Amino acid sequence: MTDIIDLDLGSARDGLAKKAFSALELARTHVQAMEDARSLNAIIIETPDRALADAKAADQRRAKGESLGAMDGIPIAIKDVFCTKGVVSRACSKILDGFSPTYESTVTANLWQAGAVMLGKTNMDEFAMGSSNETSALGPVASPWRRRGDNRPLVPGGSSGGSAAAVAAGVGLGATGSDTGGSIRQPAAFCGLVGVKPTYGRCSRWGMIAFASSLDQAGSFGRTVRDAAIMLRAMAGYDPKDSTSVDRPVPDYEAALTGNVKGLRVGIPKEYRVGGMPAAIEDLWQRGIGWFKDMGATIVDISLPHTKYALPTYYVIAPAEASSNLGRYDGVRFGLRVSGDNVLDMYEKTRATGFGAEVKRRIMIGTYVLSAGYYDAYYLKAQKVRALIARDFTAAFEQVDVVLTPTTPSAAFAHGEIAGDPVAMYLNDVFAVPASLAGLPGVNVPAGLSPEGLPLGLQLLGRTFDESGLLNAAFALERAANFTARAAPWWRQ
Amino acid sequence: MALDNAAVRKIARLARIEVTEAEVEHYAKELNAILGWIEQLSEVKTDNIAPMSRVVDMKLPMRKDIVSDGGKQADIIVNAPETAAGYFVVPKVVE
Repeated sequence: MTDIIDLDLGSARDGLAKKAFSALELARTHVQAMEDARSLNAIIIETPDRALADAKAADQRRAKGESLGAMDGIPIAIKDVFCTKGVVSRACSKILDGFSPTYESTVTANLWQAGAVMLGKTNMDEFAMGSSNETSALGPVASPWRRRGDNRPLVPGGSSGGSAAAVAAGVGLGATGSDTGGSIRQPAAFCGLVGVKPTYGRCSRWGMIAFASSLDQAGSFGRTVRDAAIMLRAMAGYDPKDSTSVDRPVPDYEAALTGNVKGLRVGIPKEYRVGGMPAAIEDLWQRGIGWFKDMGATIVDISLPHTKYALPTYYVIAPAEASSNLGRYDGVRFGLRVSGDNVLDMYEKTRATGFGAEVKRRIMIGTYVLSAGYYDAYYLKAQKVRALIARDFTAAFEQVDVVLTPTTPSAAFAHGEIAGDPVAMYLNDVFAVPASLAGLPGVNVPAGLSPEGLPLGLQLLGRTFDESGLLNAAFALERAANFTARAAPWWRQ
Repeated sequence: MALDNAAVRKIARLARIEVTEAEVEHYAKELNAILGWIEQLSEVKTDNIAPMSRVVDMKLPMRKDIVSDGGKQADIIVNAPETAAGYFVVPKVVE
């Protein structure tokens, strides 16, 4: 039999059902893997006692024939952006030092309700603002992946870098992420995982520490499409506590995975062929097109004319919403307080000390684009361009069922390699951001290796609320790509 | 429209973030680079386009105007840096 630690979520679920091993054994194996992987800095709070207790409860339910289903007894890691009752939740910001929520986010509550086992909280870019996990107040994360013949640590991507690094290192069978402008899909691509961002409104944002409310959406990481699909189903659902969550039934995403894509219309947007893109990415994209053709899908050339304006639009809208959302950190109700001569001085000192450089930069941009005299020129303009970007997709989805693109314009980079240039960092999300602005579901499928031996991913985008169709296309792509590479476990020393 | 140091100081004040003189210089450079890049949005024709503020076309749900939660004073103040008698404490505001 395969070692328990090598099983993916779907296989572990099957093993638990057949009583090949217990949830407690599975949890112990993952707690050990978590301890062995500490040098990655992927998990910033470990909850091993909780994991073992959750697992025992799962075993007891199963013994009584009361198993809760696919997630019951499955160990997972939770991005620090989700509030977890009694476990410090700070979105990896110093300003939320010590914040221990007295409530549970809806997404994590749904997962516990489904029997999932909590291993710990994962590292992330501060308030999810970053594409490399280098803005975390708790230090950077080392990707399990390294370039061939090169020991320099690489970034796992961001902002959900800790979640991606953990799952790629075999710590947890899945992890939650949040995606505002690529924060699930880009780290999934860098770490050779499946990462899915559902349609905006599919998962409740209640209890998820807010960055940009019109864009933030929770999603899942898994080693396979099946894993990500099983986990997403447990996370999703209508929640009256989030007025933007959508009241419609959550399908059984796993049941949709037939792999049949005959007649599926796959759109290839010409605007995603950006200058300076490495040949390996272009080649991978062409291979992806070939795979879909071979499987009987129809390839359709499409145009999304406003693509090039998506990033600048995003960097008006997201900071504007962030500057408003992050107004709550004032040293009064929770987190850090730095005393001052008066209340205003206290606010300014608290926020100057508590926020990191990238967060301050975005709050300042957001404050500026919303300020009197500039609102129309920047914020209103960006909202109008956003409407045009969404319209491009609406038109495209009249001709196609899914859209196929590369996920990122490059493979993972080294720590510090592009940290000095904010705009260069933003360009990482050039292929992810348009769909975020339109609220569409998207998924990364690991599809090949770069010449340096690093994972590269292809992105599929789907119609609003058609996660089932999207995940089935991803399942077919996954089978065709047959990506089996795993990072060599150098961190287990 | 380039931001000068005075404008940066004003933004920082509006954002309630204390900045040192050295930081003002630095922010002016960084913010100008980002805003310069954002400037390309002005090329896009947006006459008669309604601004998009939500992606899912739905009416915000209404609920009954009743108390659905509450009685959690202890929970609410438990994470505060300073409290007294069930209240948040801030530096003196009124002389």
